Amino acid sequence: MTDTLNVDGLTVHYATREGALQALRDVALDVPPGQIVGIVGESGCGKSTLINALLQLMPENARIASGAIRLEGEDLIGARARRLRDLRGRDIAVVFQDPMTSLNPVLTIGRQMHDIQYREKRSTAEKRRMAAEMLGRVGLPDPAAKLDAYPHELSGGQRQRVAIAMAVLMRPRLLIADEPTTALDATLEVQIIELLKELQQEIGCAILFISHHLGVIAELCDRVVVMYAGEAVEEGPVADVFQRPGHPYTAKLIECDPGRMKTRVAQLPSIPGDLPDLTDPPAGCIFRDRCDRAAERCRTRPDRVALRGAHWALCHFAAEVSA
Amino acid sequence: MSAPILTLRDVVVEFPALHGLKALMAPSAERRVQALNGISLSVQRGETLAIVGESGSGKTTLARAINGLLPLAGGEVWFNDTALHARPDWHATRRQMAMMFQDPVGSLSPRKTVRDLVLEPFAIHRLRVDNATAKATELLRDAGLNADFLHRYPHQLSGGQARRVGVARALALNPALVLADEPTAGLDVSVQGEILNLLNRIKGDHGLTTVIITHNLNILRHIADRIAVMYLGRIVEIGPVAAIMERPRHPYTAALMSANPEPDPTARRERIILSGETPALTARPPGCEFHTRCPVARSDCAHRVPALDAAGTRAVSCHYPLPEDA
Repeated sequence: MTDTLNVDGLTVHYATREGALQALRDVALDVPPGQIVGIVGESGCGKSTLINALLQLMPENARIASGAIRLEGEDLIGARARRLRDLRGRDIAVVFQDPMTSLNPVLTIGRQMHDIQYREKRSTAEKRRMAAEMLGRVGLPDPAAKLDAYPHELSGGQRQRVAIAMAVLMRPRLLIADEPTTALDATLEVQIIELLKELQQEIGCAILFISHHLGVIAELCDRVVVMYAGEAVEEGPVADVFQRPGHPYTAKLIECDPGRMKTRVAQLPSIPGDLPDLTDPPAGCIFRDRCDRAAERCRTRPDRVALRGAHWALCHFAAEVSA
Repeated sequence: MSAPILTLRDVVVEFPALHGLKALMAPSAERRVQALNGISLSVQRGETLAIVGESGSGKTTLARAINGLLPLAGGEVWFNDTALHARPDWHATRRQMAMMFQDPVGSLSPRKTVRDLVLEPFAIHRLRVDNATAKATELLRDAGLNADFLHRYPHQLSGGQARRVGVARALALNPALVLADEPTAGLDVSVQGEILNLLNRIKGDHGLTTVIITHNLNILRHIADRIAVMYLGRIVEIGPVAAIMERPRHPYTAALMSANPEPDPTARRERIILSGETPALTARPPGCEFHTRCPVARSDCAHRVPALDAAGTRAVSCHYPLPEDA
């Protein structure tokens, strides 16, 4: 079966005064139909660039140097602007991190949910009914009345529910969720995670879930892609990646999560050092400068090393790390 | 036990709820909301107290009320022997009580160098520094930054580095108490540990008393001695960190602790998912304010207001607290 999303060898550069900033380098990932794939990585790993590239909404100075992005086999990089407009919001929908800035503050919720159905040949009354139904479905109390509310009249959790309702209203094939729970409190976060799980079952869409929160990824996703400094360094089923990480960066990241430690530790682990300068990334392994295992052979670029299951890591020592 | 360094008694902080004509027309009870509604706690010398709670529970308001950035509508705040509720000399008090603000970069003036930023507390308090550059270098070194940073501007710092500058500024005058508002907000997991280690080390070196405000539950057991859980501007549970995290007695604390997703796909613990959201401060429920969302509420919870009952080292504000040995 064709993957819902297929990214292959994606390389994106930004033109800057210091030269080409290589924000994504040879990134590959697949999102099979009906699966929830997580992308985890810290600031500067290229998550936002990847989302912009998937939507083909790139800043002026960005350039796709090579690679392919396919939605159910259809190439998006070469697609015409008109075709992309058809796809965005209908076949690919996004839930952003901050629901206050992704909703228009001067239009009512109902108006915004009506407007995004502009492609449908339905009456206004019918569109409002669809909108109210979806608001009810995402768990907003009194959905019909909420159509006349403005975003500022809702709480943060309610706004994020509205954003999710808008994203799934057109029953997209791919839902991109960009840190949708980061701005929310812990008790709301778990409500939203449960909601996304349910909606995924109902609509049958694939979800690309981007987060820096390992706990949320572990809970929600089937597969996970770990990104570091513009590269996908590891991919595999969530259980395999978290239990037997093959890339030293993944291993360190999991080790650093204080949620994992159930007893007080005097010295919390961290990853010393900084991200490499992406205008002049080091040859060889991108994590070399911060890695405990770095050796001479890390000066050459590692290939993907296949591990047990559908799991690989971009490290010369992946088999040993994962053991 | 020696006298606490900081004591709060029934602290109330109010904000205007209505503006303009509406405020004039409304009955006086509706004109104001209580962001803090009777907070009592004390902090012992050398301990770290963490204040946890969700958005709008009043955590930041509490910190701002303690250091006088917000006026009290009622109650008392004692800092050692100084009555902070009775127009103290704030200039002198704040030499002893430092604040680390939430946004590490935003709390630094973009037009000052790191050197000037860490020396700013001395300038504000008109304290002479003999060898300013040496002092700045020393403060930075204590915060884990080398002298190369002296001439940088805030926009040239990463989040973790900016946070370290904030720590250096807070410690510049050797305060007795530090109020840290979300010290890990906006930091990556790989950097978070460094900052927490730094805070722990400083606590050991200087015997510092710290009040940390956070919604990051994962860091609590590594940094706090005691935690106070807030809901709707009240403390619902307070006690030693391990006791509260392992055996929460207030149903809200239990839900909060269970809501924390764990980085372990095989961990399937029992999760208490609360229905609905925190009520607005303008519409505080009667009785126990948590009863509208409480999974174990009984009928009388809607009428009777629970008190924060102390038992040993912990206190809980609930008519039907969960058993301690559960």
